[in-house]
Parts: sequence; C-alpha cells; structure tokens
Amino acid sequence: MAEEKKEYWRWLESRWTNPNINWRQAKIITGGVDVGSVSTQAVIMADGDLYAFANMRTGSDSPNSARNAFNWALEGTGMAETDVKYTVGTGYGRVNVPMAKKAITEIACHARGANFMYGPTVRTVLDMGGQDCKAIRIDDKGKVESFLMNDKCAAGTGRGMEVFSDLLTISINDVGKMSMEVDVEPEPVSSTCVIFAKTEATGLLRQGWAKNKVLAAYCRAMAGRVNELLQRVGVVKDFAITGGIAKNIGVVSRLENLLGLKALTPRHDTQLAGAIGAALFAKGLLEKDLKK
Amino acid sequence: MITAITAGIDIGAKTVKVVILKGKDVIGRGMATTGLDQKESAEKAFKAALKEAKIDQKDIDRVTATGVGRMEAPYASSQITEVGADARGANFLNPAVRTLIDIGGEEGRGIKVSPQGKAVDFAINEKCAAGAGAFTEAMARALERPLKEFAELALKSTKSIPMNAQCAVFAESEVVSLIHAKTPHEDISRAVHDSIADRIISMVRRVGIEKEVMLAGGVAYNVGFVNSINIGLKLEVIVPEYPEYVGALGAALVAAEK
Amino acid sequence: MLANYGYKDGSGDYFIAIDTDKCNGCAKCVDACPQSVFEMGDDDSDPLREEPVARVSGEQRKKLKYACAPCKRYLTTLSGGKTEETMKEIEKLPCVVSCELRAINHSW
Ligand code: SF4
Ligand code: SF4
Repeated sequence: MAEEKKEYWRWLESRWTNPNINWRQAKIITGGVDVGSVSTQAVIMADGDLYAFANMRTGSDSPNSARNAFNWALEGTGMAETDVKYTVGTGYGRVNVPMAKKAITEIACHARGANFMYGPTVRTVLDMGGQDCKAIRIDDKGKVESFLMNDKCAAGTGRGMEVFSDLLTISINDVGKMSMEVDVEPEPVSSTCVIFAKTEATGLLRQGWAKNKVLAAYCRAMAGRVNELLQRVGVVKDFAITGGIAKNIGVVSRLENLLGLKALTPRHDTQLAGAIGAALFAKGLLEKDLKK
Repeated sequence: MITAITAGIDIGAKTVKVVILKGKDVIGRGMATTGLDQKESAEKAFKAALKEAKIDQKDIDRVTATGVGRMEAPYASSQITEVGADARGANFLNPAVRTLIDIGGEEGRGIKVSPQGKAVDFAINEKCAAGAGAFTEAMARALERPLKEFAELALKSTKSIPMNAQCAVFAESEVVSLIHAKTPHEDISRAVHDSIADRIISMVRRVGIEKEVMLAGGVAYNVGFVNSINIGLKLEVIVPEYPEYVGALGAALVAAEK
Repeated sequence: MLANYGYKDGSGDYFIAIDTDKCNGCAKCVDACPQSVFEMGDDDSDPLREEPVARVSGEQRKKLKYACAPCKRYLTTLSGGKTEETMKEIEKLPCVVSCELRAINHSW
C-alpha cells in the first residue's frame, strides 16, 4: 500500500513501490514525470509494468518539483537515476523536466496511461482537471483518435466547482455528496458561465433554496456541459473519468445518467495517468533508439 | 397640433430603462434593476421617468418596448429589437455615427449604423462574462476596490502588460497573482481594461469599424475602458451624456414616428 | 486523428478540427489564414509521428471566436452551429478552401 505523507488541501502526497517486481531483473527501465499546475507525479516502469511512483504537490518552480518527485519515487528502491534509461516529461511544466530526454503533451500521455490503467476496452476518456477539461477518444492500444481540450472557460472545470464551494462555504470534498441529498432533482442552473451561474445561485438562495438543492442544480449543469464536450469527440464505451472531478459523485453520477454508461473503476490513482503514459512512451522511444 | 408624448422602455437582463419624449425632446428618464419580477421592475422605472417628466401615465400617447424582456410590457403598442433601437438612438444623438458599440453588464454588441439610423449589420457577445461589463466588475472585486476607482486607476498606468486568461474566472486568479507579484494596481487595471477592450474590438471588427464610433451602455461610464478602446481603435470614440439610455431613446423615437 | 482546437464557453462552441491523418504538412493553410491561426509542428497527440502537421497556434486557441470574426460575417444573419446554411458558408472560408486534402473543418 502507498505510504502517505503530509496532508494537503484536498489530497495526500504519496509514494509506492511494487513489491512483486525485482527491478534488477528488468530489461528496460523508463520514467515518466507529469508536472501539473497543482501536483507532480513521477513513475518508474520496469518492462512496461508499474514499479514505483511518487505523487507530490508542485512547488514554485517546475524543475525542482520534477526532481523532488523523481527522487522520492527512487527512494528506498536501491535504484539510481542512471538506471532509468529514458524519461519523458509531460504536463504543463513538461519542458522543464531536467532528467527527461523528450517532452510529450498531456493528451497523448493521458490516453496511453488510461489504456494501461483501465485496460484495452476503454475508448472514451474524460479528464476534468482544476483548470481544464479534456475529452479523448482512443483505440485499443491507447492511441488518440479524437480529442478536445477546453482550457479557455472555467465552466466544466474544477475551478468552476471551487467557485461554488466558496460561495456556499462547503468544502470541495463534500459538494458532490451533499448534492445527492435532494428528494427531487432540481432543474440545472441555466447559465453556463460561472460568473453568471454564481449570480443565479445567489438569487436561488435568496428565494429560500437549500444549499444542497443549489449544489444539485449546479452539479447537474456541470454534467450537462461536460456531456456536450464529450459528444463532440463522440462517446464509445467503455468510458472512464480521470482528474479531480472523478471524485465528485454529484457530477459523476449525473453524467453517467446522461450517457447511460457507467464509468470504469481504475487500477491506480487516476492522477497517475499522465506520468504512466509518459513512461510507456519512453519505453517505445528507447526501443526505437536501440534498434537504430 | 399637440406634440405627441411617447415613451421607450428597454427591459434588459440587469436593468430596465425608460425614456419619455415630448416631440423630440427628452423630458424624463428612469431606471430600475431587474428583479425577480420583470413587470414590477418595469413599472418602477416607468414611475421614475414619469416623475421626472412631471406627467401622468395617461398623458403618454404611445410606448415602444425593446430589450430581451420586451414582451413583458403589454401596454407597449410596438416592439423593436435591441439592435434596431440602439441604431436609432445613436443616429438621433449624432447622425455621423456609423459604428455603435454597446456594452452592458451581461452583453456586448457592435452595430453598423446607416446614415438613416438603421442597423445594417451587428455582432453580439452574450452569455460569457469575459466579453461584458461583468468582467471588469469581477476584477475590481479581486482588487477590492470600487468599480469607479478601479477604472480611474488605469489612466495612471505607465506600462501595458498582457493578460493571458480569456475567462473572467481565470482572469481573477491572474489578477490575484499579479497582486502577489507586487504589480502596481494602475498597471493591473490597465491590463484588465486592455484585455476586455481587445475582445470587444475583435468582435466589432466583424461588422467593420467605421468612423464615427459611439460607445453606449453602462460600461461607457468606465473611463479606463474608454481609454483602452481609444488606444485599441486609434481614434476617439463618442460617449453620449446618458450612454445607458441609448436603446430606450431609440424605442421612444420609434413610438414617436408611428 | 481528429484534433479539435478551440473551446466552448457560455456563448457557444468555437472549434477548428484538423484531421491529422489527411494533413500532409503542405502548410497552405498557414499562408491562407489572414489571422495566423495555423502553424506547422509536431503532432501533439501522436509523438511517434515524424512528419509535421498543421495545428492551431497556442496564441489563438483561446480566442478563435474573435480571431475568425472577420472571416465569418455570415454569422450576423445565420445562427452558427451546424445548420445547412452555415455549413455552406464554412466551405468558403479561406482556410477550408486552401486545404486540398480537406483536413480542416469549423464548428461554427
Ligand atoms: S462563459 Fe464565464 S466561465 Fe466561461 S469563459 Fe466566459 S467568463 Fe469564463
Ligand atoms: S476562418 Fe480560417 S482563414 Fe479565417 S481567420 Fe479563421 S482560421 Fe483563419
């Protein structure tokens, strides 16, 4: 099991080593580092299997965050940095990963990582991060067939949810659960724009709506919105959700209703998808180099 | 012949505005914020305008309604679209106006106006706060300053810095990090106004920008915004005395012509 | 692969879709677009691909509604979205016309 360290605002820093793998017997060892705006993950893979990972908060500078996470992943394994033959960086700080030979965008890495975590049947991946929302359709090998990324508008991102959790003074961890505590499902908030939705919600509260009813209306609006984004790339089952909102039952269950599909349960923390994908690309690139 | 007294009522998402005309002279104006009950707000604005005009409801010969809620005014004998009313009002205030930019709290419009005061072409931004007055309001809140003071700050700025966010919510975070980075508030204000002016100008470009350009809507009171628009367009826009009443005025003029 | 660049905000959907399987890297769209919306570069979603493909530049991705406004005068009279009439107008956009392999499409 993963050992857990300091508690941060909404998730725990953690690291893990796979007890069933002896890395000294592995032929190919690769690394993947995903430097996001909030968290940084480093994973080490042995022959394409997950050997170790570390998940930390991103500090003020990307190179240091990448280094810290990478070192923590190696900690206690007896492995040295030089044993990792190829490392790929991804995420928004991907060009600032010092040990990486190559940087690859999060869309490609995410798709590849989702294929690893959920198995080859997953075809549609929704990733809802703090500041963006991605919809990706992939084939059975994890290759991207169609994608879109919405990072212009806060509606449909974790940030939009935070605005509501602030407005209602309810912890971001509880909003999803609370939104389920309604007898009758209210109509969704009609404004898509977070700023206007906030004004609308203030009006609803003034009319005497309970907080959980307002949350239900917002979670429903959010589910409707990401559904629209998903429809642009086309929804094919199986379907999986990653990113912070994957933990928000209020949005997830309403989205599942709209799609008529259940989301798959992952093998690992979904935050790792990008880093795992990066390490798998590293393996492919290394094999290509060796052939030359 | 007795001069007709007519009224124009502009029922918007945020405010209701009324203009009363005697012939072609404005004799009363009234405004109310749109509450839950649009009819009630409309009545309030009407009463205020009647009071200023020192006349009675029954003295009014005809009413024309405009704005999103124009169907909420059953006493109106005709309706006209916001765009049509805007063009008419702008032309009356200054016949040389060919482009009207009207920015309200929740909506922005660019209208190409013919010499006869007809709307030839228009572009609208609605339902996204990043292209409307709500954007600057949110940024003023982030800086914890009253809107007017926030707007005036922009004029003292010495440096133009670009903003990346194209969303009011993300822009708030960007403003907060600019504050943390000890960026002078003057420059932040300028950056905020430049960024919204840039979006508005790009939108209006779809209809083509031709002189004279008039700025209407409540946001025209914002000197920081006017400044950024002038810099962006490389000309001086005309700001009328009561910019938020241009649509209601246009409606009243239409009623007068009927 | 279908790469959808752009965004959806409260006011609508603004996506340019580039079919990277069709794109041969000729860069004609880069020259055709008056707003420098396109650039040539690595295929973001297929890191193992070697040939460059057309992408929407990072600078313009969040502003497409505005960048394309002068080309899309038809939106004044048509509602946008995929109606038959808008689809006809989209066919006439400089970028769409410039691409002989028909790899470029617009959502509005
Ligand atoms: S609709 Fe609202 S939340 Fe979305 S980009 Fe516009 S301002 Fe931001
Ligand atoms: S419509 Fe095409 S050619 Fe015109 S600005 Fe947009 S991308 Fe460029």
